Amino acid sequence: MTDNNSSETLVKVSSVDKIFKRGSEEIHVLGGLDLDIPNGEFLALMGPSGSGKSTLLNLIGGLDRPSEGTVEVGGKRIDKLSDRKLAAWRARHVGLVFQFYNLMPVLTAQKNVELPLLLTKLSKSERKKRASIALDIVGLSHRAGHYPRQLSGGEQQRTGIARAIVTDPTLLLCDEPTGDLDRKSGDEILDLLQALNKEQGKTIIMVTHDIHAADRASRTLHLNKGQLSVDPVD
Amino acid sequence: MKYFYLIFSSLKRKKIRTGLTIMSIMVAFILFGYLTAIRQAFDAGVEVAGADRLIVRHKVSLIQLLPQSYEAKMERIDGVDNAAHSTWFGGIYQEPKNFFAQMPVVPEELFDMYPEFVISDEQKAAWLETRSGVLVGRGLMDRFDWKLGDRIPINATIWGKKDGGRTWEFDLVAVYDGAEKGTDTSQFFIRYDFFDETRANGQGLVGWYTVRISDPDKAAEVAAAIDAEFANSAQETKAEPEGAFIQGFANQIGNIGFIIMSIMSAVFFTILLVAGNTMAYTVRERTNELAVLKAIGFTDQGVLGLVLGESLAITFVGGALGLGLAWLLVSMGDPTDGSFPVFYLPTSDLFLGLVLIVVMAFIAGIVPALQAQKLQIADALRR
Repeated sequence: MTDNNSSETLVKVSSVDKIFKRGSEEIHVLGGLDLDIPNGEFLALMGPSGSGKSTLLNLIGGLDRPSEGTVEVGGKRIDKLSDRKLAAWRARHVGLVFQFYNLMPVLTAQKNVELPLLLTKLSKSERKKRASIALDIVGLSHRAGHYPRQLSGGEQQRTGIARAIVTDPTLLLCDEPTGDLDRKSGDEILDLLQALNKEQGKTIIMVTHDIHAADRASRTLHLNKGQLSVDPVD
Repeated sequence: MKYFYLIFSSLKRKKIRTGLTIMSIMVAFILFGYLTAIRQAFDAGVEVAGADRLIVRHKVSLIQLLPQSYEAKMERIDGVDNAAHSTWFGGIYQEPKNFFAQMPVVPEELFDMYPEFVISDEQKAAWLETRSGVLVGRGLMDRFDWKLGDRIPINATIWGKKDGGRTWEFDLVAVYDGAEKGTDTSQFFIRYDFFDETRANGQGLVGWYTVRISDPDKAAEVAAAIDAEFANSAQETKAEPEGAFIQGFANQIGNIGFIIMSIMSAVFFTILLVAGNTMAYTVRERTNELAVLKAIGFTDQGVLGLVLGESLAITFVGGALGLGLAWLLVSMGDPTDGSFPVFYLPTSDLFLGLVLIVVMAFIAGIVPALQAQKLQIADALRR
């Protein structure tokens, strides 16, 4: 599943509906959606607020389940996995990058990056070594002992990316990774994501509102009223 | 083990709140430890009371006296092994606050009746040779810093002397230690023969009898037989097991165990609310973080365990500090300056404290932990 073969479909979303219930009201966010994402792709998902971008990202990342349809990643139906197996699958195959970084404020950058490794059988020294490598990749080795409050927004996001890649996941899911950053820091993050895609072959799905960010992706899809299209929404 | 760092780091999030919660729990456990030692002081006599011993007193009240001649009659009753009498002397050493029990007894009977009193043969012999001699418990001797050979004046409140004086002088010739930790070593035993000859009145009368029976299972039958023996006499008796007698004596002050249990229940209930509130806030404030933990692969049960672990960490730190301080305070001495026969925190109650820590952690943490377990990742990340 981790082979960097661009012709192979890594993510296959088929006829997916997602309905949220608010009291007696049903909100149809995604309707009969189909999507194939090849291994090694850097896909940008754009669309207006409430169009279902993050919902689709959550379904692909196993953070939520579709109301109808199937989600396969690496040939495996993840929508049918038990909660426990799905959690283990996420730990092994998914790296998540959030708009607001979502770092633990009481842990240093190093310890934040080590968090996903707590779920592995790695020794303490091995966890530390791997976290250091991840921090090195994002250029933050010198800030390893700092707490999130001592880091700039860009540095916090780079820490978030280090946390996402430390387990060497198959998929990197980024939900508006530059949404809370200034242009310069945002560009640095996009450079980093591009490098991870091109140099390490990571498959990246990035939700963004920013056309400038989407330009960095190898493909951009637009989501509107639960449907995907290659054309932007009017 | 690898999650300890995560659990303890979370406690640093709101240091003041965590500190105050820990201190509240600590105070509760100090009270638990200290009050347990006080309850133990009242219960000690009951716990070490011999199952094979009865106490026989006047049917009306303990202060009514019984004839010394009852002893021989009791010893003839089936099932009675031995009988020994005691009398309440009720004197004052230096000042009234220096309270301790003083009792005239027959030395040989005391040695036979109370094997839990450990006395050297040399000192036994010394007491038997000295009519004005007294046998005192180690705790009492230490309390007043007495030494063997000291002459101890006691002012009588009940028993005046034939010569009209009220000050009795005794020679400290023997000391006893307790074979068990709960043995009362605060007593002062006077020789009955010296007492009976010297007192101004009441010759031939004693306070109560301690009766050893051959079969503890037949305690009720033997007690009934003793009471029947003296029924319709001028001095009817009431015989009961030693433990019940001591308990009844302690209950004259009130049901100490119940009072202490009530105080501790109120304290623990309040502290439970404090700890539960802290944990509820902790989880509510960290909804997003807990969702992130789940998103990166922590299972529902794993998150439940983390929250319960935090609850246990807070409760354990507070509880262990509290138990430790209680132990320290108790070991510094009893609050009555020696009036309690024993004053210590039993090991079994320390273990009970540890169990209470775990129970408290579970009750305080389970509701927030279940909320964290049920957290839907996608919903929580949107908040």
